[in-house]
Amino acid sequence: MDLITPAIGLVFWVTIAFLALVIILRTAAWKPILGAVKEREDSIKNALEAAENAKKEMQNLHADNEKLLKEARAEREAMLKEAREIKEKMIADAKGEAQEQANKMIAQAQESIRSEKQSALAELKNQVANISVEIAEKVVREELADKDKQLSLVDKMLGDVTLN
Amino acid sequence: MIAKKSIKNLILAVLFALPLFATASGSSEKGEEKKFDVVEMIMHHIADSHEWHLWGEGEDAMTIPLPVILYTDNGLVTFLSNEFHHDDTGHHIVTKNGMNFVRNHGKIYQLNAGETSVKMEDHHITNGSKPLDFSITKNVASMFISIILILLIFTSIARSYKKSLVPTGFAGLMEPLIIFVRDDIAKSLIDEKKYMKYVPYLLTLFFFIWVNNLLGLVPTGANLTGNIATTMVLAVLTLLIVNFSGNANYWKHIFWMPGVPVPMKIILAPIEFVGIFTKPFALMIRLFANITAGHIIILSLVSLIFIFQWAGTPSMLLAIFIMILEFVVAFVQAYIFTFLTALFIGMAVEDAHH
Repeated sequence: MDLITPAIGLVFWVTIAFLALVIILRTAAWKPILGAVKEREDSIKNALEAAENAKKEMQNLHADNEKLLKEARAEREAMLKEAREIKEKMIADAKGEAQEQANKMIAQAQESIRSEKQSALAELKNQVANISVEIAEKVVREELADKDKQLSLVDKMLGDVTLN
Repeated sequence: MIAKKSIKNLILAVLFALPLFATASGSSEKGEEKKFDVVEMIMHHIADSHEWHLWGEGEDAMTIPLPVILYTDNGLVTFLSNEFHHDDTGHHIVTKNGMNFVRNHGKIYQLNAGETSVKMEDHHITNGSKPLDFSITKNVASMFISIILILLIFTSIARSYKKSLVPTGFAGLMEPLIIFVRDDIAKSLIDEKKYMKYVPYLLTLFFFIWVNNLLGLVPTGANLTGNIATTMVLAVLTLLIVNFSGNANYWKHIFWMPGVPVPMKIILAPIEFVGIFTKPFALMIRLFANITAGHIIILSLVSLIFIFQWAGTPSMLLAIFIMILEFVVAFVQAYIFTFLTALFIGMAVEDAHH
């Protein structure tokens, strides 16, 4: 029966001592310990959140970069295309001009050829007339001496004429 | 690592072996002189005492005297328990302030005025009364030691957190338990917004019970948590905290249970009302019975040696096994008491959700 009869002395001391322990530990131990644990958990949580944010930011940055790169690429493409067009245009222009120039030159050349030819023909005509006069003079002179000789002379003269 | 482990094993071995030697030595001489009374020996070991017995019997006993504090009709009387000269049969009379005191079966009696000798009838003192006994008994002394230990441990841990938020040494060992009590006991059972208010109490409760359970397993240790007075105080504190925290919803569930027909409400009210008291009562009995039963089993197994002599030695193995079990029980009972206290608080502060 003693075993299940609470002794007043022990009840008294346990009550006082346990309540004192609760009060002392509340301020001297649990407050700083729980505070420190909470602080650490918060800092870990914050660090994780910050890391997550940084990751997101990095992703955003990456996307921005990608966009910029794409734009730059498109711009380069456009510039290249333009340059190509300019080049082609320049070549085409140059070709056209050259053609014109050449045509002009050809025309000039033909013109000069034609004038040369006419002058040459005129000279030839003059020379032929002169030679004909000379031949006629020699033939007339030879004919006076020998008929055969006159003939051979004419032949010879003619032969000379062709050589000229 | 190996050195550390072997030291740990050595300490464990000594811890397990010592109480067995201690309890054994406490009774060995007795067995030779008279018939060994197992029940008396066990009851003596689990009961509170005015002195801290170490070894030996009768006049040769080695004990640490503890202060006796008595509240008599003539005021407080204090003296050291060794003035009884180890007498527990009511024969040695201590005279203080003109009052005569004797001790019989662990109880101190004040002899009626004018009486100078003890009159006994069937082992009961007939000419004396029991003054209020506020002595620093073995249990009280053991509790003071446990409180000093707890204060030393947790204030040093608190200091270590001031230096660095990373737990080192003992803080690393205790932090998981503190977080366990905070998250797995308080947070999971008590409303999210209100639980932090109760965490300091629950932590103190948990470590107080656990440390005292463990001190009870130490050789020559006291049986504080296996004493009904201790568990009663703790249970009454739970009762007070739960009912003073109780909100309107809690009281409504007791006196006018929502969601059931009116006749059921009337039947449930007295049942629920009794429940206010049976819950802490169960807490009181559970801790008391578990710890006391553990002590009784170990002492019984050790006693087998004195009954069967050499043939009883294998019971040592069983005693060691139970001792290991008791280390688990020490933790589990501290956990259960704290868990149920948190559960009752959680029920009392819960908001209506119907």
